[in-house]
Formats: sequence, structure tokens, C-alpha cells
Amino acid sequence: MAAVSEQTGTGRTRARPFYRTGKNITKVLFSLVITFLGLLLVTFLIGRILPIDPVLAVVGDRAPQAVYDRVREEMGLNQPLWQQFFIYISNVLHGDFGKSVLTTNPVLTDIKRVFPATLELATLATIIGVAIGIPAGVFAAVHKGKWPDHIVRVIGLAGYSMPIFWLGLMGLLVFYMKLGWVAGPGRLDSFYVDFVEPRTGLMLVDTLLGDDPGLFWNAVSHIVLPASILAYFSLAYIARMTRSFMLEQLGQEYILTARVKGISETRIIWRHALGNVMVPLVTVIALSYANLLEGSVLTEIIFAWPGLGLYITNSLLNADMNAVLGGTIVVGTVFIGVNMLSDLLYRLLDPRARK
Amino acid sequence: MTTHVHTPKTGLKQWLTTDKPQSRFQAKCGRSWVAWIKITENRLAMIGLSIVVGLILVTIFAPLLAPYNPLAADLTNRISPPSAAHWFGTDQLGRDILSRLIYGAQYTLLIVGLVAITAAPIGLLIGTAAGFFGGWVDATLMRITDIFLAFPKLILALAFVSALGPGIENAILAIAITAWPPYARIARAETIMVRNSDYIQAARLQGVSNTGLIIGHIVPMCISSLVVRVTLDMAGMILIAAGLGFLGLGAQPPMPEWGAMVSEGRQFLLAQWWVSTVPGLAIFVVSLGFNLLGDGLRDVLDPRGGD
Repeated sequence: MAAVSEQTGTGRTRARPFYRTGKNITKVLFSLVITFLGLLLVTFLIGRILPIDPVLAVVGDRAPQAVYDRVREEMGLNQPLWQQFFIYISNVLHGDFGKSVLTTNPVLTDIKRVFPATLELATLATIIGVAIGIPAGVFAAVHKGKWPDHIVRVIGLAGYSMPIFWLGLMGLLVFYMKLGWVAGPGRLDSFYVDFVEPRTGLMLVDTLLGDDPGLFWNAVSHIVLPASILAYFSLAYIARMTRSFMLEQLGQEYILTARVKGISETRIIWRHALGNVMVPLVTVIALSYANLLEGSVLTEIIFAWPGLGLYITNSLLNADMNAVLGGTIVVGTVFIGVNMLSDLLYRLLDPRARK
Repeated sequence: MTTHVHTPKTGLKQWLTTDKPQSRFQAKCGRSWVAWIKITENRLAMIGLSIVVGLILVTIFAPLLAPYNPLAADLTNRISPPSAAHWFGTDQLGRDILSRLIYGAQYTLLIVGLVAITAAPIGLLIGTAAGFFGGWVDATLMRITDIFLAFPKLILALAFVSALGPGIENAILAIAITAWPPYARIARAETIMVRNSDYIQAARLQGVSNTGLIIGHIVPMCISSLVVRVTLDMAGMILIAAGLGFLGLGAQPPMPEWGAMVSEGRQFLLAQWWVSTVPGLAIFVVSLGFNLLGDGLRDVLDPRGGD
């Protein structure tokens, strides 16, 4: 497991936090709860250190003192801080993140609306990242120290060093504006938007369920560029980890035995070695997926992709704190959840980790 | 003992490479020398080092290097293409992009420098304390660290900046708050490894206090892994800072911060691509430099972390 936390340098990928603590599911669940409470405490405190008076935001500047006091009491702001925190926890657990000032909807409603777009983008990006990253990593490990290894290494390092928003802009410039190979920002051409019946919220699925295949291809040509750009970052991480796991396996004696038995090199690499690498790789892929959900913030802005990242940023620029903190909690929760899940998966899949 | 430096017969190189160092100072110098030789053999690391040194030099000599005032607008010469007078063209206010890039290096270095000198000591302190004392101190401190590690970094930084208000100081603070947990974990791991060594026991028997043990005998053992990790993380910090700048939450206009410059150039992307492209390339080159250097340092200083 130590290899999974190999330092990757950019902060987009993180070391595995929960590994040391839990030995059984109860302990994992306990640390899940504690971490979640920590997340809520942080967002609660951020909400409290705000220079904006939450009461004024509701009643307006000219409200008489009596109204101000009453609203303040209704919002629970005259109670001690720890009681306010408990109220906050209870609200969040009931799915009440407050109302968005910008859209006037409850924040949860807004998030439910925008989340599928982010999910779709991150999922497709992870699929692309896995499909290219794993073979690239295997290739690099097999040809260690030769040019394929160097190429994969350079591509990976470039991925860790590239500002994603800039790569997105360059992608738009080249593939949309100059070459015209893909569609521009948004999830569909604006002409088509009203023709799609939202069923799952996933545009590719919804358009496929509809009658017009043209809609589906339009959605594909919109998603392919942002997904590829996001995928580059997960690809860089997955390829690097695959390489280092594979190197570890290829040096083992069972590989030597297989070679002595006369098994073909292809089979040794793709069946024997890669088979043993799959378990830690599942963890890596899960981590990179969680990171993409977060990493999509800047991509969504560039591509006007109406997902969670765009929602959080827009709210942020309009000082709509309920929406920002609600979004932070949702992203944080998904993040914590995927972290835990990958940890559990690792334990379930790898008998060596069960001790 | 260090007078050996000046004895002409031995020679500096021999003094450095001797296997019988006469003093602690000499042994240290010798080890640094070997590390330096190893690093210079790594071509990619040297490229990284030259980029980082270049960034530092540009930062120091910005007033001498920049051909124009980075804030001086020239509305008669807006978004002009690269030319002999303006190597990278001018932006939407007619300001010279090259000069803005050169001054922008100062902000980049300021941000990563300040984050590193705040986050690394915090992590070091928490990690060594947790590892050294163990028990409930360890459990509590590491639980807090885990909570911070479990957060998505950019989102947390966004939330902090939005609460504190946009600006370069708050961006630095927000990045530092999200950056320390890995350092705490590294410092803790190193501490646990050395905590029961004989030399620590010997120092304890000599009456060195707990604080003295941590600062004098444990912290030095953590430094090399920490330096590697911080160097590798610098690239990520630059990217987050640039991202905040791009969103308008970092350095405020008219400061020539690179991320903000990419954002300003967005509206002219099609016809005047250089306005956005050039600052983005600068971010890329600098963070690549830190990544290459960090990779090289890891191979030399911290063989365990490499693959």
C-alpha cells in the first residue's frame, strides 16, 4: 500500500489517509463519521468567519431593529456557538443547506440539478484515463529506461505541471476554433437543448434514449474535448502508478518461473503481472476519480459546463455562501466516501491486506 | 578542526571526498558534495534546477530585465502581436506582456515561498510531536491531519478564500491551510523510525529535554524527506495559486499574476491567442521545473520514495 501513496507532486493526488487506523469495517465507519464531522466543522467555521452578516442578507439593510432581532433569533444566531453547530449538523443531515441567494432555490435542489453533469464528465474522463493510462504504464515498465519509458515519463510530468484551465483554453482554440473538429462550450448546441427530455441528467444517456441520433452525436462532440483534457491528468497519474506497480511485479520470482516454463512474454506481462497489479490499481483509479470530481471545477468554467464546479464558482463570485458551502460539503462527502470505498475495496480484494 | 579547508596540500576535492572526515562539518560537506554530484548526473533534474534558479534570478532582477513598466497602459497600442518592440505582444490595455511576465515571476515565487515556509514548519511540528509522544497526542493530531487530507484541496482553498475575501494574502493563507497535512504525515513516519534509536536514548540520558530532543535530534532527520516533498508540491501550489488567480480570487488587478493574465486574455483567444498562451506557458515551465527538480532530489536524498 505504501506504493499507492507515492508522492505525485501536484496535490491532485493524495496519500491514503485512513489506512493505518481501521482494521475492521466498524473502525472504518467510525473514522468516516469523524472525518465527515470534521468537514462540517470546517464549513461551519468558514460560514461563521464570514464578513457578511447572514441576518442582513435575509432582512435587507433597512429592516427595523425588531425585525432584525427576530430573524436573528429564528436563525439561531443568538445561541452559543456549539449549539449552533449542532443545529447546523442536524440541518445538513436533513439535506437542508439553506437557500441559494442567486437562484432562490434550496441549495440541495440546485446541486441535484447540476451534479449529473459533473459526474458524466468525470466518469468519461476516468474511462479515457484508464484506457490509455494502464497500457502506457505497462509499456513504460516493460521498456524501462528506454525511449518508451522516457516518453511516458515526460508526458506524465507535463500532465502534473500543466495548468488545467490553460490546457482547456488551448484545446478550445485549436480543436474548436481553428480546426472545428469538436463542438464548443456547453453540453449541447443551444438549438438542441429543448429537445432533450431529462431522465437521468446524464446527457449522453438522455440523448441516446431519445429518438434523434443527431442529438447524441452532438452531445458526444461537446463532451469529448473537456473529458479528454480532464482525462490527461488522470492518465498521467494512472500511467505513473501502473509503471511503478508493474516494475515491482516484473522483478518477482514467479515471473522468472513463468519465463522458465516458456510462457509467452505477452501472457506474462498482461495476464500474470498485470493481474497482480489490478488490486492496487483499483485504489489508484478510485482516487483519481475522486480527484477528477474536484479537478473539474476549472474545466467546467472554461467549457461553460453546467456542473457542480461551475455552480460553486458562480456562487462564490456572487457571495452566495450557502451554495458555496453546500457544494463544498457535497464534493467533500463524495471525496471522503470514495477514499473510504477504495480503502475497503483494497481490503476485500487483496487477501494480504486482511490481516 | 575545520582548518583543513585551508590546508593547500589536501585540496578541496580530497577534503570533501575523504572517507575519514575529521569533523562533523567536514562529513556534512562531504555528503552534500556526493549528493550534488549525483544530482548533476541527472540531466532532467539539472534542467529543473536551472528553471528554478532562472525563476529566482528573474524575480530578483525584474526591474532590470523588464523592458517596460508592467502597469503602464498604452491604449494606442492594444493587443498588438509579438514584435521586436514587444516580444510577446501587448495585452488589452497595451501593457507589454513580457514585462508583466517578468514581474509576475515575483508573485509566483512569493506565493510558493510563503506557503512553503508556513506549511512545512506547521507540518513538521505536528508530525514530530505526534510521532514522538505517541498515545493520545498522536491519535488526536493524526485524526486532525486525516480530516484535512480527506478534503479536496482546491475546493477547500476556494471556500477559505471566499470567506476571507479575494486577494493574494488570503490565497497564500488558503493554500497553506490545505498544504500542511502531507508534511505532518511524513514527519511522523520519520520520527517513529528514529524515536527509539540508541542515539536518541543516549541524548536523553545526557538530560536533553523532550523539546530539545525533537528540535535538535529528530527534526534534522525529517528535513531531507520534507525538502523533497515540498519541492514536488511547489508545482501543485503554483497550479492552485494560478487557478485562484484565474478565477479572480488570487492576486487582484492590475497585479501581473500569471493565472489572472491567462484569464484576461480569454476574451481575445481566437484572434489574439498570445495574450493567454504566453502566461500559461510560463506557469507550465515553472511548475515543470519544480517537478523535475523534485523528482531528481527524491532519487538522491530519499531513495525509499522513488520507484
